Amino acid sequence: MALAQVKQNATEARLDSMTLPEGGCLKAARAAALSRVQTMGLPTRRDEYWKYTRPDTLVQPGAPKASLFKTDESMMFSGVSRLKIVFVDGVFDPEQSDDLEMEGVRIDRLEDICCKDIHWAKDVYGVLEARGQTPVERPLAALNTAFAEDGVAIHVFGKPSKPISLIYQHSDENSDAMLHNVVRVETGAEATILENGPAASRFNKCMEMDIADGGVLHHVRAQGRDHERRAATYMFARLGKESVYKSFTLTVNGVLTRNEQVVELTGDDAVAHVAGACVGDGDFHHDDTVFITHDAVNCESRQVFKKVLRNGATGVFQGKILVKEGAQKTDGYQISQSLLLDDDSQFLAKPELEIYADDVACSHGSTSGAIDETALYYLRSRGVPVDEATALLTLAFLAEAVEEIEDDGLAEGIVSRLEGWLARRR
Amino acid sequence: MLEIKNLHVKLEEEDKEILKGVDLTIEAGKVHAIMGPNGSGKSTLSYVLSGRDGYEVTEGSATLEGEELLELEPEERAALGMFLAFQYPVEIPGVGNMTFLRTAVNAQRKARGEEELSAAEFLKVVRAKAKTLKIDAEMLKRPVNVGFSGGEKKRNEILQMAMLEPKMCILDETDSGLDVDAMKLVSEGVNALRDAGRGFLVITHYQRLLDHIKPDVVHIMADGRIVKSGGPELALEVEHNGYADILAEVA
Repeated sequence: MALAQVKQNATEARLDSMTLPEGGCLKAARAAALSRVQTMGLPTRRDEYWKYTRPDTLVQPGAPKASLFKTDESMMFSGVSRLKIVFVDGVFDPEQSDDLEMEGVRIDRLEDICCKDIHWAKDVYGVLEARGQTPVERPLAALNTAFAEDGVAIHVFGKPSKPISLIYQHSDENSDAMLHNVVRVETGAEATILENGPAASRFNKCMEMDIADGGVLHHVRAQGRDHERRAATYMFARLGKESVYKSFTLTVNGVLTRNEQVVELTGDDAVAHVAGACVGDGDFHHDDTVFITHDAVNCESRQVFKKVLRNGATGVFQGKILVKEGAQKTDGYQISQSLLLDDDSQFLAKPELEIYADDVACSHGSTSGAIDETALYYLRSRGVPVDEATALLTLAFLAEAVEEIEDDGLAEGIVSRLEGWLARRR
Repeated sequence: MLEIKNLHVKLEEEDKEILKGVDLTIEAGKVHAIMGPNGSGKSTLSYVLSGRDGYEVTEGSATLEGEELLELEPEERAALGMFLAFQYPVEIPGVGNMTFLRTAVNAQRKARGEEELSAAEFLKVVRAKAKTLKIDAEMLKRPVNVGFSGGEKKRNEILQMAMLEPKMCILDETDSGLDVDAMKLVSEGVNALRDAGRGFLVITHYQRLLDHIKPDVVHIMADGRIVKSGGPELALEVEHNGYADILAEVA
């Protein structure tokens, strides 16, 4: 079917502004991705899954300008012992990065995976993204597969002693960055991947994670708070038998953020938890779009998303659990909640369940509310000033999402970042 | 200590007067009790004094050691030394009891220009006080009042009172929902805090609490006013004869 004219024009305008990389061994994957983009067209407001979030600034040629945010606050995770991989405006920076050698893992740059003949990466690059295009289209992810030139391939075959920390710095007000990371966690292997930083004025990031039987992957991310930055990020995870994927995202400001998580539970007894906490002010717009497919027996999935919104900020949650035929004993849980600190802010939630098995336990809930006045009075009656009491109750609201992080040290770092945000807004 | 003069209060939402001219003076070192039928305005008095929203003072005043209370925010009243033990302590999921106590203690110290307690100092004090109220480490760690039994909630109120060391303590039906043993424990906690510099106002329906916390003065409240005051024997009279006789007498 031909695309609507508006969509066709927008897609062509964007594609005309870009050059397909040479590609090497990824040439075929890039070409296939490009043709997916051409078939689907880039998103417009009329698309079902873009009803609550305007895609135009993510689609248009060239990034809208985003000024750099100056702060004295130390970078997220700076106190954590980790292997640092730094990208500046989406380009790998060897100067600031650590040596990529660590026991239990092999890390290569995307551009090297061809010459070093890294087969596993070719079996993942664009493959999980392509699988994630049905039943819901994600054309910006296909665009990323076609055009991203930088990123890393992380092959985990042991239990590396430190987290792998991807740091995304923003240095140019007009930067338009695309990164594509691929991850393979082998049977019984376990790793933690950290991500932080504003990345660029406009950031399109795709991460494909293939987790083999019994593999464990922890992912903790803090999205930088440059106020005018925009980001569309895609996490595609495929889970084998008895494997575990746990992902947490903190978002603090940024004018537009669309975070998509696409998780496929393909082996029995696998566990996937995706969680997010976000705090936003003013023209902040934050969108979590999650799709979890249960395609095996006795798997568990949890979605826990909390948003604190004020001064007209907007939060969106679109979360789906699809239980395929035969995926018996599925345990699916989904909660999305917003705390609206004033009347101007809004939260738009679309929880979805689609179940084709008859022996499953799936629940979902969504709430939107203000600060609990009774609790506030109770705290104040004990001498806690109203601002401090509000901050305490706000952190308490976010706690359920933050508690999804297993590592206490990382969780504390997230909490202190949230405390900083609240303190600055008293 | 606490001086209430001709206090008139109505609900903000509706044009309904609840307190219709309350006069009450509580001296330092004394325990006053207020009894009265349901709907007489006892709890409203405690809320108005602690600064809860939803009430409008139309006339009168309330001062704590000469400071006018009614214009102040709840936290300012607390820093001056006002404390209300709630009839229904509020559950706050996500906020640890210990964090809550430390935040409250340090906020008040800060407001009074005193140095904040370090985590170690605080821990030492709170552990000792919790022990006498039979509050274990687990209860201190749990979110404020979440999953606490009725007795645990009331003990937790008294622990807060013990930590904050207020000048004026109002206990709003602290005996409701308590079994005999819990009432004894709570009363012992309150009695331990009685001293020459502190005033108490105990709101209750029943004489039995006053067996444990012996009042100096007992007031009967009805229809938004204090209609009769007397010694502890007044509470016994209520226990035996109910309010009907007293109300008929003052009518």
